[in-house]
Amino acid sequence: MQAHDSSPRAATASGNPPIEMPSRKTAASLQTADVEPASTGEVAAPSVAGAEADVLSRAQAGDHHAFAQLYSLHKRRIYSLCLRMVGNVAEAEDLTQEAFLQLHRKIATFRGDSAFSTWLHRLAINVVLMHLRKKGLSVISLDEAMEPTPEEGPGRSFGAPDLSLTGSIDRLALERAIAELPAGYRLIFVLHDIEGYEHNEIAAMLDCSIGNSKSQLHKARLKLRDAMRTIPRREGRR
Amino acid sequence: MQDPKNMTCEEFQAQMAELIGSGEDLSVHPHVQTCTLCRALLNELETIAEAARQLFPVEDPPDTLWEKLETAIKEEGNQTRS
Ligand SMILES: [Zn+2]
Repeated sequence: MQAHDSSPRAATASGNPPIEMPSRKTAASLQTADVEPASTGEVAAPSVAGAEADVLSRAQAGDHHAFAQLYSLHKRRIYSLCLRMVGNVAEAEDLTQEAFLQLHRKIATFRGDSAFSTWLHRLAINVVLMHLRKKGLSVISLDEAMEPTPEEGPGRSFGAPDLSLTGSIDRLALERAIAELPAGYRLIFVLHDIEGYEHNEIAAMLDCSIGNSKSQLHKARLKLRDAMRTIPRREGRR
Repeated sequence: MQDPKNMTCEEFQAQMAELIGSGEDLSVHPHVQTCTLCRALLNELETIAEAARQLFPVEDPPDTLWEKLETAIKEEGNQTRS
């Protein structure tokens, strides 16, 4: 009855892609945030969850091999998250590395109050936020965001509805438009619309109010809409 | 609290962020039902949000990243030991 019996299970886990998905919205509407049904299939199969728990506890005990397994289980999601938030491969790699380095430092403090993947995800988000702040980007310049400037006040978004947005959207143009959003807007947009976080979670992560999160998300979408309707002809802008 | 039935577009749009964020089904909102412009705006925002979910497929970091990470971990271990 010693601890060794679990290694075969743990070994199989390392080859699997991470199972947990962010709590995706159903694509049906904009406002799915607060009404997620409980039955989305995001619970990992028990055997795999058990295997991961085992890898996790060994990694917490300082087992380097187990840590490597955790890395391969989670690298894809963490890297993708970083990539979306910074929109730049080199930075995303650095941030992924930093996130896992911090994971290595802090893993013993993980207590299982939340799912490990959620915990790691937040840790990674914090790494990204710190990085953006260090770069001098006002991550959430809420005052600025909250205060309607003349051209951004209510009613401005009010325009001819005939833009070609209703059909298919030019993927590249949208990606570019997202990349060009101011950092604060992009973060909230990525966290909510792409990563599937809800406003109360975003508010907690970014230390802002839920109202701010809603308002910034809305503004981000409006900005994207504007960017999409004036399909950028000025390509070379950085 | 305005009467939703008699809202102007400006009033509706001023509340839009909150309304959308509240999780209500806005397609049944009286203003949306009677105003083609705001309905179109809502549809467009919805289209963008949906399209965004299809973007950025998840991808793996390059394999070299693990090596870098391992090196960094080792370095850190050396530093904290001294
Ligand atoms: Zn209207």
